[in-house]
Amino acid sequence: MSTAAITATGLDIGYAGHPVVSGIDITLAPGQWLAVVGTNGSGKSTLLKSVAGLIPTVGGSLSVLGHAPGDQGTSVAYLSQAHEQGFLLPIRAKDVVRMGRWPVRGLLRRLRADDEAYVDHAMAALGIEDLADVPLGALSGGQCQRVHLAQAACRRADLLLLDEPTSGLDAASRERYLTLMDVERDRGAAIVSATHDVREAARADLVLLVAERVVACGPPDEVLTAAALADTFGVIISDATGPVVIDPHHEHGHHHGPGTPRVRGHAAGHDHEHGHDHDHGH
Amino acid sequence: MNLLTDPFVQNAFMQRALLAGILVAIATGVVGTLMVLRGMAFLGDALAHGVLPGIAAALLIGIPSFIGALVGAGVMIGGVAAVQRRTRLSSDVAIGLLFVGMLALGVVIVSRSSEFAGSLTDILFGEVLGVNWWSILWQAIVAVVVVLLAWGLRRPFLLMAMDPDQARVAGYPVRLLEAVLLGMIAITVVVSFRVVGTLLVFGMLLAPAGTAALLVRRVGAMMIVSVLIGVASVYGGLMLSWYYDLAAGASVVIVAVGIFFVALVVQSFLPSRRPHPEHA
Repeated sequence: MSTAAITATGLDIGYAGHPVVSGIDITLAPGQWLAVVGTNGSGKSTLLKSVAGLIPTVGGSLSVLGHAPGDQGTSVAYLSQAHEQGFLLPIRAKDVVRMGRWPVRGLLRRLRADDEAYVDHAMAALGIEDLADVPLGALSGGQCQRVHLAQAACRRADLLLLDEPTSGLDAASRERYLTLMDVERDRGAAIVSATHDVREAARADLVLLVAERVVACGPPDEVLTAAALADTFGVIISDATGPVVIDPHHEHGHHHGPGTPRVRGHAAGHDHEHGHDHDHGH
Repeated sequence: MNLLTDPFVQNAFMQRALLAGILVAIATGVVGTLMVLRGMAFLGDALAHGVLPGIAAALLIGIPSFIGALVGAGVMIGGVAAVQRRTRLSSDVAIGLLFVGMLALGVVIVSRSSEFAGSLTDILFGEVLGVNWWSILWQAIVAVVVVLLAWGLRRPFLLMAMDPDQARVAGYPVRLLEAVLLGMIAITVVVSFRVVGTLLVFGMLLAPAGTAALLVRRVGAMMIVSVLIGVASVYGGLMLSWYYDLAAGASVVIVAVGIFFVALVVQSFLPSRRPHPEHA
Protein backbone atom coordinates (compact mmCIF):
# COMPACT_ATOMS: atom_id res chain seq x y z
CA MET A 1 0.00 0.00 0.00
CA SER A 2 2.90 2.33 0.63
CA THR A 3 4.05 2.64 -2.96
CA ALA A 4 2.52 5.58 -4.77
CA ALA A 5 0.91 4.71 -8.10
CA ILE A 6 2.64 7.65 -9.74
CA THR A 7 5.26 10.03 -8.43
CA ALA A 8 6.33 12.82 -10.77
CA THR A 9 8.76 15.51 -9.69
CA GLY A 10 9.66 18.37 -11.99
CA LEU A 11 8.67 16.07 -14.85
CA ASP A 12 9.12 17.31 -18.42
CA ILE A 13 7.31 15.34 -21.11
CA GLY A 14 7.50 15.63 -24.87
CA TYR A 15 8.83 14.14 -28.06
CA ALA A 16 12.40 13.72 -29.27
CA GLY A 17 13.80 15.72 -26.38
CA HIS A 18 11.48 18.70 -26.95
CA PRO A 19 9.25 19.26 -23.96
CA VAL A 20 5.52 19.72 -24.56
CA VAL A 21 4.70 20.20 -20.87
CA SER A 22 7.34 21.02 -18.26
CA GLY A 23 7.50 20.94 -14.50
CA ILE A 24 4.75 18.45 -13.64
CA ASP A 25 4.54 17.50 -9.97
CA ILE A 26 2.07 14.74 -9.12
CA THR A 27 1.68 12.18 -6.41
CA LEU A 28 -1.12 9.73 -7.08
CA ALA A 29 -1.95 7.19 -4.39
CA PRO A 30 -3.53 3.77 -5.04
CA GLY A 31 -7.29 4.13 -5.27
CA GLN A 32 -7.07 7.68 -6.58
CA TRP A 33 -8.22 9.03 -9.93
CA LEU A 34 -6.29 11.74 -11.73
CA ALA A 35 -8.09 13.46 -14.61
CA VAL A 36 -5.80 15.21 -17.07
CA VAL A 37 -7.84 17.90 -18.78
CA GLY A 38 -6.87 19.86 -21.85
CA THR A 39 -7.53 20.37 -25.53
CA ASN A 40 -6.12 18.20 -28.30
CA GLY A 41 -2.41 18.82 -28.50
CA SER A 42 -2.25 20.13 -24.96
CA GLY A 43 0.03 17.32 -23.84
CA LYS A 44 -2.42 15.05 -22.06
CA SER A 45 -1.87 12.05 -24.33
CA THR A 46 1.85 12.72 -24.10
CA LEU A 47 1.62 12.44 -20.33
CA LEU A 48 -0.26 9.13 -20.54
CA LYS A 49 2.27 7.71 -22.99
CA SER A 50 5.13 8.84 -20.77
CA VAL A 51 3.58 7.13 -17.75
CA ALA A 52 2.97 4.00 -19.85
CA GLY A 53 6.63 3.99 -20.85
CA LEU A 54 5.80 4.32 -24.55
CA ILE A 55 7.88 7.47 -24.94
CA PRO A 56 10.88 8.52 -22.86
CA THR A 57 10.54 11.43 -20.48
CA VAL A 58 12.42 14.60 -21.33
CA GLY A 59 13.44 15.70 -17.83
CA GLY A 60 12.68 15.41 -14.13
CA SER A 61 11.75 12.15 -12.43
CA LEU A 62 8.82 9.80 -12.92
CA SER A 63 8.10 6.64 -10.99
CA VAL A 64 5.19 4.33 -11.87
CA LEU A 65 4.15 1.78 -9.23
CA GLY A 66 7.65 2.10 -7.80
CA HIS A 67 9.36 1.33 -11.12
CA ALA A 68 10.69 3.23 -14.07
CA PRO A 69 7.90 3.80 -16.61
CA GLY A 70 7.48 0.72 -18.80
CA ASP A 71 9.07 -1.63 -16.25
CA GLN A 72 5.88 -2.34 -14.33
CA GLY A 73 5.07 -5.59 -16.12
CA THR A 74 1.44 -6.54 -16.39
CA SER A 75 0.10 -4.24 -13.67
CA VAL A 76 -0.75 -1.36 -16.00
CA ALA A 77 -3.73 -1.31 -18.37
CA TYR A 78 -3.60 1.20 -21.20
CA LEU A 79 -6.45 2.40 -23.38
CA SER A 80 -5.08 4.31 -26.33
CA GLN A 81 -6.94 7.15 -27.94
CA ALA A 82 -7.58 5.80 -31.41
CA HIS A 83 -8.46 2.18 -31.97
CA GLU A 84 -7.21 2.20 -35.48
CA GLN A 85 -7.42 -1.08 -37.26
CA GLY A 86 -6.30 -0.36 -40.79
CA PHE A 87 -7.50 -3.82 -41.49
CA LEU A 88 -10.60 -4.81 -39.61
CA LEU A 89 -9.55 -7.84 -37.64
CA PRO A 90 -11.77 -10.90 -37.98
CA ILE A 91 -12.40 -11.09 -34.28
CA ARG A 92 -15.44 -10.99 -32.01
CA ALA A 93 -16.08 -8.37 -29.35
CA LYS A 94 -15.60 -10.83 -26.50
CA ASP A 95 -12.26 -11.96 -27.87
CA VAL A 96 -11.10 -8.35 -27.84
CA VAL A 97 -12.08 -8.05 -24.18
CA ARG A 98 -10.34 -11.37 -23.41
CA MET A 99 -7.09 -9.89 -24.71
CA GLY A 100 -7.04 -7.92 -21.48
CA ARG A 101 -6.34 -11.17 -19.61
CA TRP A 102 -3.59 -12.42 -21.94
CA PRO A 103 -0.66 -10.63 -20.30
CA VAL A 104 -1.60 -12.30 -17.02
CA ARG A 105 -1.50 -15.77 -18.60
CA GLY A 106 1.68 -15.42 -20.64
CA LEU A 107 2.08 -16.75 -24.14
CA LEU A 108 0.38 -20.10 -24.04
CA ARG A 109 -1.55 -20.75 -20.83
CA ARG A 110 -5.30 -20.97 -21.30
CA LEU A 111 -7.56 -18.43 -19.67
CA ARG A 112 -9.02 -19.86 -16.47
CA ALA A 113 -12.50 -19.60 -15.05
CA ASP A 114 -11.60 -16.52 -13.01
CA ASP A 115 -10.24 -14.82 -16.14
CA GLU A 116 -13.53 -15.50 -17.91
CA ALA A 117 -15.40 -14.17 -14.88
CA TYR A 118 -13.46 -10.89 -15.01
CA VAL A 119 -14.19 -10.65 -18.74
CA ASP A 120 -17.92 -11.25 -18.24
CA HIS A 121 -18.03 -8.87 -15.31
CA ALA A 122 -16.34 -6.04 -17.22
CA MET A 123 -18.64 -6.54 -20.20
CA ALA A 124 -21.71 -6.51 -17.97
CA ALA A 125 -20.48 -3.36 -16.20
CA LEU A 126 -20.31 -1.58 -19.55
CA GLY A 127 -23.55 -3.08 -20.85
CA ILE A 128 -22.02 -4.96 -23.78
CA GLU A 129 -22.69 -8.56 -22.75
CA ASP A 130 -25.13 -8.86 -25.66
CA LEU A 131 -22.41 -7.89 -28.13
CA ALA A 132 -20.12 -10.79 -27.19
CA ASP A 133 -20.36 -12.60 -30.54
CA VAL A 134 -20.56 -9.53 -32.76
CA PRO A 135 -17.53 -9.06 -35.03
CA LEU A 136 -15.41 -6.08 -34.12
CA GLY A 137 -15.97 -4.56 -37.54
CA ALA A 138 -19.76 -4.50 -37.07
CA LEU A 139 -19.64 -2.42 -33.87
CA SER A 140 -20.47 1.28 -33.80
CA GLY A 141 -17.86 3.70 -32.53
CA GLY A 142 -19.39 3.90 -29.06
CA GLN A 143 -19.75 0.11 -28.80
CA CYS A 144 -16.15 -0.33 -29.89
CA GLN A 145 -15.03 2.15 -27.23
CA ARG A 146 -16.90 0.20 -24.55
CA VAL A 147 -15.31 -3.05 -25.75
CA HIS A 148 -11.86 -1.51 -25.33
CA LEU A 149 -12.82 -0.08 -21.94
CA ALA A 150 -13.93 -3.56 -20.88
CA GLN A 151 -10.59 -4.92 -22.07
CA ALA A 152 -8.77 -2.42 -19.86
CA ALA A 153 -11.08 -3.09 -16.91
CA CYS A 154 -10.86 -6.90 -16.96
CA ARG A 155 -7.09 -6.69 -16.56
CA ARG A 156 -7.64 -5.69 -12.92
CA ALA A 157 -4.53 -3.59 -13.15
CA ASP A 158 -3.00 -1.55 -10.37
CA LEU A 159 -2.94 1.45 -12.68
CA LEU A 160 -5.35 2.27 -15.50
CA LEU A 161 -4.23 4.75 -18.14
CA LEU A 162 -7.23 5.81 -20.20
CA ASP A 163 -6.88 8.19 -23.13
CA GLU A 164 -10.23 9.81 -23.97
CA PRO A 165 -12.23 7.00 -22.35
CA THR A 166 -15.62 8.66 -22.91
CA SER A 167 -15.16 9.54 -26.56
CA GLY A 168 -18.16 8.31 -28.53
CA LEU A 169 -20.08 7.24 -25.40
CA ASP A 170 -23.72 8.21 -24.98
CA ALA A 171 -25.06 9.46 -21.64
CA ALA A 172 -26.02 6.02 -20.34
CA SER A 173 -22.66 4.49 -21.26
CA ARG A 174 -20.88 7.42 -19.68
CA GLU A 175 -22.68 6.75 -16.40
CA ARG A 176 -21.69 3.08 -16.61
CA TYR A 177 -18.11 4.15 -17.17
CA LEU A 178 -18.15 6.52 -14.18
CA THR A 179 -19.62 3.78 -11.99
CA LEU A 180 -16.93 1.39 -13.18
CA MET A 181 -14.26 3.93 -12.26
CA ASP A 182 -15.70 4.05 -8.72
CA VAL A 183 -15.52 0.25 -8.54
CA GLU A 184 -11.92 0.26 -9.77
CA ARG A 185 -10.94 2.88 -7.20
CA ASP A 186 -12.64 0.96 -4.41
CA ARG A 187 -10.57 -2.04 -5.46
CA GLY A 188 -7.45 0.07 -4.92
CA ALA A 189 -6.58 0.76 -8.54
CA ALA A 190 -5.20 4.15 -9.47
CA ILE A 191 -6.58 5.77 -12.60
CA VAL A 192 -5.26 8.41 -14.94
CA SER A 193 -7.69 9.56 -17.60
CA ALA A 194 -7.08 12.14 -20.29
CA THR A 195 -10.23 14.02 -21.17
CA HIS A 196 -11.64 17.31 -22.31
CA ASP A 197 -14.84 16.56 -20.45
CA VAL A 198 -15.01 18.80 -17.39
CA ARG A 199 -17.91 16.80 -15.94
CA GLU A 200 -15.84 13.64 -15.97
CA ALA A 201 -12.96 15.47 -14.35
CA ALA A 202 -15.25 16.69 -11.57
CA ARG A 203 -15.64 13.04 -10.46
CA ALA A 204 -11.89 12.51 -10.10
CA ASP A 205 -9.79 12.95 -6.95
CA LEU A 206 -7.21 15.11 -8.67
CA VAL A 207 -7.33 17.24 -11.76
CA LEU A 208 -4.40 18.37 -13.83
CA LEU A 209 -5.19 21.13 -16.30
CA VAL A 210 -2.72 21.28 -19.16
CA ALA A 211 -2.34 23.60 -22.14
CA GLU A 212 1.22 22.85 -23.25
CA ARG A 213 2.06 23.76 -19.64
CA VAL A 214 0.59 23.01 -16.24
CA VAL A 215 -2.30 25.43 -15.75
CA ALA A 216 -3.41 24.04 -12.40
CA CYS A 217 -3.24 20.84 -10.38
CA GLY A 218 -5.26 19.80 -7.35
CA PRO A 219 -8.67 18.61 -6.19
CA PRO A 220 -11.43 19.29 -8.74
CA ASP A 221 -13.31 21.87 -6.70
CA GLU A 222 -10.15 23.93 -6.36
CA VAL A 223 -8.84 23.46 -9.88
CA LEU A 224 -11.94 23.63 -12.08
CA THR A 225 -12.35 27.39 -11.80
CA ALA A 226 -13.41 29.74 -14.54
CA ALA A 227 -10.01 31.34 -14.86
CA ALA A 228 -8.23 28.01 -15.06
CA LEU A 229 -10.71 26.56 -17.54
CA ALA A 230 -10.49 29.69 -19.67
CA ASP A 231 -6.75 29.29 -19.59
CA THR A 232 -6.97 25.63 -20.55
CA PHE A 233 -9.61 25.86 -23.25
CA GLY A 234 -9.36 29.54 -24.17
CA VAL A 235 -7.69 28.91 -27.48
CA ILE A 236 -10.40 26.65 -28.80
CA ILE A 237 -13.20 28.93 -27.70
CA SER A 238 -11.75 32.08 -29.21
CA ASP A 239 -11.20 30.12 -32.41
CA ALA A 240 -14.93 30.58 -33.06
CA THR A 241 -15.36 26.85 -33.63
CA GLY A 242 -18.18 27.13 -31.15
CA PRO A 243 -18.11 26.54 -27.42
CA VAL A 244 -17.30 22.86 -27.89
CA VAL A 245 -16.08 22.24 -24.41
CA ILE A 246 -18.45 24.33 -22.39
CA ASP A 247 -21.74 23.45 -24.06
CA PRO A 248 -22.32 19.87 -22.94
CA HIS A 249 -21.27 20.91 -19.52
CA HIS A 250 -23.97 23.57 -19.55
CA GLU A 251 -26.69 21.15 -20.47
CA HIS A 252 -25.89 18.45 -17.99
CA GLY A 253 -24.33 20.39 -15.17
CA HIS A 254 -27.42 20.07 -13.00
CA HIS A 255 -27.03 16.28 -12.87
CA HIS A 256 -24.08 16.68 -10.61
CA GLY A 257 -24.19 16.79 -6.88
CA PRO A 258 -23.46 19.80 -4.73
CA GLY A 259 -19.73 19.29 -5.07
CA THR A 260 -19.56 20.73 -8.57
CA PRO A 261 -21.73 23.83 -8.88
CA ARG A 262 -18.69 26.07 -9.11
CA VAL A 263 -17.75 24.41 -12.35
CA ARG A 264 -21.10 25.08 -13.90
CA GLY A 265 -21.26 28.65 -12.72
CA HIS A 266 -17.81 29.49 -13.89
CA ALA A 267 -18.22 27.80 -17.21
CA ALA A 268 -21.30 29.90 -17.82
CA GLY A 269 -19.38 32.97 -16.73
CA HIS A 270 -16.70 32.07 -19.17
CA ASP A 271 -19.19 31.88 -21.95
CA HIS A 272 -20.08 35.50 -21.37
CA GLU A 273 -16.48 36.44 -21.75
CA HIS A 274 -16.41 34.81 -25.13
CA GLY A 275 -14.90 37.12 -27.69
CA HIS A 276 -12.99 39.21 -25.20
CA ASP A 277 -9.26 39.15 -25.10
CA HIS A 278 -8.04 36.56 -22.67
CA ASP A 279 -5.23 37.56 -20.44
CA HIS A 280 -3.00 34.56 -20.09
CA GLY A 281 -0.29 36.28 -18.14
CA HIS A 282 0.57 34.43 -14.99
CA MET B 1 -8.42 -43.46 -65.00
CA ASN B 2 -9.27 -40.15 -63.44
CA LEU B 3 -8.77 -36.74 -64.96
CA LEU B 4 -8.39 -35.17 -61.52
CA THR B 5 -5.58 -37.43 -60.29
CA ASP B 6 -3.90 -38.77 -63.41
CA PRO B 7 -1.39 -35.94 -63.86
CA PHE B 8 -0.04 -36.58 -60.36
CA VAL B 9 -0.23 -40.36 -60.32
CA GLN B 10 1.68 -40.75 -63.58
CA ASN B 11 4.34 -38.04 -63.21
CA ALA B 12 6.89 -37.80 -60.43
CA PHE B 13 7.61 -34.16 -61.22
CA MET B 14 3.92 -33.32 -60.78
CA GLN B 15 3.94 -35.08 -57.40
CA ARG B 16 6.93 -33.01 -56.32
CA ALA B 17 5.25 -29.87 -57.60
CA LEU B 18 2.08 -30.64 -55.65
CA LEU B 19 4.01 -31.41 -52.46
CA ALA B 20 6.14 -28.28 -52.76
CA GLY B 21 3.03 -26.23 -53.52
CA ILE B 22 1.20 -27.54 -50.46
CA LEU B 23 4.16 -26.77 -48.20
CA VAL B 24 4.36 -23.27 -49.66
CA ALA B 25 0.60 -22.86 -49.20
CA ILE B 26 0.97 -23.73 -45.50
CA ALA B 27 3.78 -21.23 -44.91
CA THR B 28 2.27 -18.44 -46.99
CA GLY B 29 -1.20 -19.00 -45.57
CA VAL B 30 0.00 -18.60 -41.99
CA VAL B 31 2.49 -15.81 -42.61
CA GLY B 32 0.17 -14.07 -45.05
CA THR B 33 -2.56 -13.98 -42.39
CA LEU B 34 -0.22 -12.32 -39.91
CA MET B 35 0.98 -9.94 -42.61
CA VAL B 36 -2.55 -8.93 -43.59
CA LEU B 37 -3.63 -8.49 -39.97
CA ARG B 38 -0.59 -6.40 -39.17
CA GLY B 39 -1.13 -4.22 -42.25
CA MET B 40 2.27 -5.14 -43.69
CA ALA B 41 1.14 -6.21 -47.13
CA PHE B 42 3.24 -3.70 -49.01
CA LEU B 43 6.35 -4.58 -47.04
CA GLY B 44 5.74 -8.24 -47.82
CA ASP B 45 5.48 -7.34 -51.48
CA ALA B 46 8.75 -5.43 -51.35
CA LEU B 47 10.43 -8.31 -49.57
CA ALA B 48 9.32 -10.71 -52.25
CA HIS B 49 11.00 -8.53 -54.86
CA GLY B 50 14.00 -7.64 -52.72
CA VAL B 51 15.24 -11.21 -52.88
CA LEU B 52 15.73 -11.03 -56.66
CA PRO B 53 19.18 -9.37 -56.76
CA GLY B 54 20.33 -11.72 -54.00
CA ILE B 55 19.31 -14.77 -56.00
CA ALA B 56 20.86 -13.34 -59.19
CA ALA B 57 24.14 -12.54 -57.42
CA ALA B 58 24.19 -16.03 -55.90
CA LEU B 59 23.81 -17.55 -59.37
CA LEU B 60 26.59 -15.31 -60.65
CA ILE B 61 29.12 -16.32 -58.00
CA GLY B 62 27.90 -19.91 -57.75
CA ILE B 63 26.51 -20.20 -54.22
CA PRO B 64 23.11 -21.67 -53.27
CA SER B 65 20.37 -19.30 -54.34
CA PHE B 66 18.52 -19.41 -51.03
CA ILE B 67 21.56 -17.85 -49.33
CA GLY B 68 21.47 -15.02 -51.85
CA ALA B 69 17.72 -14.67 -51.31
CA LEU B 70 18.18 -14.44 -47.54
CA VAL B 71 20.82 -11.73 -47.95
CA GLY B 72 18.53 -9.86 -50.35
CA ALA B 73 15.65 -10.04 -47.85
CA GLY B 74 17.94 -8.80 -45.07
CA VAL B 75 19.12 -5.85 -47.16
CA MET B 76 15.52 -4.99 -47.99
CA ILE B 77 14.38 -5.04 -44.33
CA GLY B 78 17.44 -3.16 -43.16
CA GLY B 79 17.07 -0.61 -45.93
CA VAL B 80 13.44 0.12 -45.12
CA ALA B 81 14.27 0.49 -41.43
CA ALA B 82 17.18 2.81 -42.20
CA VAL B 83 15.20 5.04 -44.56
CA GLN B 84 12.38 5.26 -42.05
CA ARG B 85 14.71 6.13 -39.21
CA ARG B 86 16.65 8.83 -41.05
CA THR B 87 13.90 10.60 -42.92
CA ARG B 88 10.40 11.80 -42.28
CA LEU B 89 9.18 9.95 -45.34
CA SER B 90 6.34 7.56 -44.68
CA SER B 91 7.12 3.88 -44.87
CA ASP B 92 5.41 3.33 -48.23
CA VAL B 93 7.88 5.72 -49.85
CA ALA B 94 10.82 3.91 -48.28
CA ILE B 95 9.41 0.53 -49.21
CA GLY B 96 8.53 1.58 -52.74
CA LEU B 97 11.99 3.01 -53.38
CA LEU B 98 13.79 -0.10 -52.21
CA PHE B 99 11.30 -2.31 -53.99
CA VAL B 100 11.96 -0.87 -57.46
CA GLY B 101 15.65 -0.40 -56.69
CA MET B 102 16.13 -4.04 -55.74
CA LEU B 103 14.07 -5.25 -58.67
CA ALA B 104 16.11 -3.18 -61.12
CA LEU B 105 19.35 -4.30 -59.48
CA GLY B 106 18.28 -7.90 -59.89
CA VAL B 107 17.51 -7.47 -63.58
CA VAL B 108 20.80 -5.61 -64.10
CA ILE B 109 22.78 -8.42 -62.47
CA VAL B 110 20.99 -11.05 -64.53
CA SER B 111 21.50 -9.06 -67.76
CA ARG B 112 25.27 -9.22 -67.24
CA SER B 113 25.23 -12.73 -68.62
CA SER B 114 23.23 -13.96 -71.59
CA GLU B 115 23.06 -17.51 -70.24
CA PHE B 116 20.92 -16.14 -67.39
CA ALA B 117 18.10 -15.12 -69.68
CA GLY B 118 16.18 -18.31 -68.98
CA SER B 119 17.00 -18.18 -65.28
CA LEU B 120 15.41 -14.74 -64.96
CA THR B 121 12.04 -16.13 -66.04
CA ASP B 122 12.42 -19.01 -63.59
CA ILE B 123 13.30 -16.66 -60.74
CA LEU B 124 10.50 -14.21 -61.48
CA PHE B 125 7.74 -16.69 -62.24
CA GLY B 126 8.82 -19.92 -60.61
CA GLU B 127 9.87 -23.35 -61.80
CA VAL B 128 7.51 -25.47 -59.79
CA LEU B 129 7.62 -28.32 -62.30
CA GLY B 130 11.39 -28.56 -61.86
CA VAL B 131 11.44 -28.45 -58.05
CA ASN B 132 13.82 -30.94 -56.40
CA TRP B 133 13.79 -32.81 -53.09
CA TRP B 134 16.24 -30.43 -51.47
CA SER B 135 13.96 -27.45 -51.90
CA ILE B 136 11.01 -29.56 -50.70
CA LEU B 137 12.98 -30.35 -47.55
CA TRP B 138 13.65 -26.64 -46.96
CA GLN B 139 10.02 -25.83 -47.63
CA ALA B 140 8.94 -28.43 -45.08
CA ILE B 141 11.31 -27.05 -42.45
CA VAL B 142 10.11 -23.50 -43.00
CA ALA B 143 6.46 -24.55 -42.94
CA VAL B 144 6.97 -26.23 -39.55
CA VAL B 145 8.97 -23.30 -38.11
CA VAL B 146 6.45 -20.73 -39.29
CA VAL B 147 3.46 -22.67 -37.94
CA LEU B 148 5.13 -23.17 -34.55
CA LEU B 149 6.12 -19.50 -34.25
CA ALA B 150 2.65 -18.32 -35.25
CA TRP B 151 1.08 -20.64 -32.70
CA GLY B 152 3.46 -19.76 -29.88
CA LEU B 153 3.36 -16.02 -30.45
CA ARG B 154 -0.30 -15.71 -31.40
CA ARG B 155 -1.21 -13.49 -28.46
CA PRO B 156 1.44 -10.79 -28.93
CA PHE B 157 1.01 -10.91 -32.71
CA LEU B 158 -2.71 -10.34 -32.39
CA LEU B 159 -2.29 -7.58 -29.80
CA MET B 160 0.24 -5.91 -32.09
CA ALA B 161 -2.26 -6.09 -34.94
CA MET B 162 -4.84 -4.41 -32.71
CA ASP B 163 -2.58 -1.78 -31.24
CA PRO B 164 1.22 -2.00 -30.94
CA ASP B 165 1.23 0.50 -28.05
CA GLN B 166 -1.08 -1.72 -26.09
CA ALA B 167 1.10 -4.74 -26.75
CA ARG B 168 4.09 -2.78 -25.48
CA VAL B 169 2.32 -1.70 -22.28
CA ALA B 170 1.22 -5.31 -21.77
CA GLY B 171 4.90 -6.15 -21.51
CA TYR B 172 5.59 -7.77 -24.88
CA PRO B 173 8.90 -6.93 -26.62
CA VAL B 174 7.23 -5.44 -29.68
CA ARG B 175 10.41 -4.57 -31.59
CA LEU B 176 11.79 -8.07 -31.24
CA LEU B 177 8.46 -9.58 -32.22
CA GLU B 178 8.27 -7.34 -35.27
CA ALA B 179 11.70 -8.57 -36.30
CA VAL B 180 10.55 -12.16 -35.81
CA LEU B 181 7.53 -11.51 -38.02
CA LEU B 182 9.70 -9.95 -40.72
CA GLY B 183 12.01 -12.94 -40.48
CA MET B 184 9.04 -15.28 -40.89
CA ILE B 185 7.97 -13.40 -44.03
CA ALA B 186 11.55 -13.45 -45.32
CA ILE B 187 12.14 -17.19 -44.92
CA THR B 188 8.73 -17.92 -46.40
CA VAL B 189 9.52 -15.82 -49.46
CA VAL B 190 12.93 -17.43 -49.78
CA VAL B 191 11.64 -21.01 -49.89
CA SER B 192 8.55 -20.13 -51.91
CA PHE B 193 10.11 -18.36 -54.87
CA ARG B 194 11.04 -21.64 -56.56
CA VAL B 195 7.39 -22.60 -56.73
CA VAL B 196 5.68 -19.41 -57.80
CA GLY B 197 8.57 -17.03 -58.46
CA THR B 198 9.58 -13.80 -56.74
CA LEU B 199 7.03 -11.72 -58.64
CA LEU B 200 4.15 -14.02 -57.77
CA VAL B 201 4.98 -15.19 -54.25
CA PHE B 202 3.27 -12.07 -53.01
CA GLY B 203 0.04 -13.38 -54.54
CA MET B 204 0.30 -16.49 -52.39
CA LEU B 205 0.98 -14.38 -49.29
CA LEU B 206 -1.94 -12.06 -49.91
CA ALA B 207 -4.75 -13.74 -51.83
CA PRO B 208 -5.54 -16.76 -49.57
CA ALA B 209 -5.25 -14.66 -46.39
CA GLY B 210 -7.36 -11.88 -47.87
CA THR B 211 -9.99 -14.38 -48.96
CA ALA B 212 -10.06 -15.99 -45.52
CA ALA B 213 -10.50 -12.56 -43.94
CA LEU B 214 -13.68 -12.13 -45.97
CA LEU B 215 -15.12 -15.46 -44.92
CA VAL B 216 -14.39 -16.04 -41.22
CA ARG B 217 -14.48 -14.01 -38.05
CA ARG B 218 -11.80 -15.66 -35.93
CA VAL B 219 -8.09 -15.35 -36.48
CA GLY B 220 -7.29 -19.03 -35.94
CA ALA B 221 -9.94 -19.99 -38.46
CA MET B 222 -8.57 -17.37 -40.83
CA MET B 223 -5.18 -19.11 -40.86
CA ILE B 224 -6.68 -22.53 -41.45
CA VAL B 225 -9.00 -21.31 -44.22
CA SER B 226 -6.12 -19.40 -45.74
CA VAL B 227 -3.98 -22.53 -45.89
CA LEU B 228 -6.85 -24.55 -47.36
CA ILE B 229 -7.45 -21.93 -50.04
CA GLY B 230 -3.73 -21.92 -50.80
CA VAL B 231 -3.70 -25.71 -51.17
CA ALA B 232 -6.76 -25.58 -53.41
CA SER B 233 -5.07 -22.90 -55.52
CA VAL B 234 -1.95 -25.03 -55.89
CA TYR B 235 -3.97 -28.04 -56.99
CA GLY B 236 -6.21 -26.03 -59.31
CA GLY B 237 -3.29 -24.14 -60.79
CA LEU B 238 -1.31 -27.30 -61.48
CA MET B 239 -4.35 -28.88 -63.16
CA LEU B 240 -4.86 -25.81 -65.35
CA SER B 241 -1.18 -25.85 -66.19
CA TRP B 242 -1.26 -29.54 -67.07
CA TYR B 243 -4.34 -29.60 -69.25
CA TYR B 244 -3.99 -26.20 -70.93
CA ASP B 245 -0.20 -26.02 -71.04
CA LEU B 246 0.02 -22.82 -69.00
CA ALA B 247 2.85 -21.49 -66.84
CA ALA B 248 2.41 -23.41 -63.60
CA GLY B 249 3.37 -20.79 -60.99
CA ALA B 250 1.25 -18.10 -62.62
CA SER B 251 -1.70 -20.49 -62.91
CA VAL B 252 -1.53 -21.17 -59.17
CA VAL B 253 -1.60 -17.46 -58.39
CA ILE B 254 -4.41 -16.80 -60.85
CA VAL B 255 -6.55 -19.43 -59.13
CA ALA B 256 -5.75 -17.90 -55.73
CA VAL B 257 -6.68 -14.39 -56.86
CA GLY B 258 -9.74 -15.75 -58.67
CA ILE B 259 -10.96 -17.40 -55.46
CA PHE B 260 -10.58 -14.05 -53.71
CA PHE B 261 -12.89 -12.28 -56.14
CA VAL B 262 -15.42 -15.11 -56.11
CA ALA B 263 -15.44 -14.89 -52.29
CA LEU B 264 -15.84 -11.13 -52.52
CA VAL B 265 -18.96 -11.53 -54.65
CA VAL B 266 -20.36 -14.28 -52.42
CA GLN B 267 -19.64 -12.29 -49.27
CA SER B 268 -21.41 -9.21 -50.59
CA PHE B 269 -24.61 -11.27 -50.61
CA LEU B 270 -24.23 -12.02 -46.90
CA PRO B 271 -25.39 -8.73 -45.34
CA SER B 272 -24.78 -9.80 -41.73
CA ARG B 273 -21.06 -10.03 -42.27
CA ARG B 274 -20.71 -6.55 -43.62
CA PRO B 275 -18.89 -4.03 -41.47
CA HIS B 276 -20.97 -1.29 -39.94
CA PRO B 277 -20.74 1.59 -42.44
CA GLU B 278 -20.00 4.28 -39.85
CA HIS B 279 -17.07 2.25 -38.66
CA ALA B 280 -15.31 1.75 -41.95
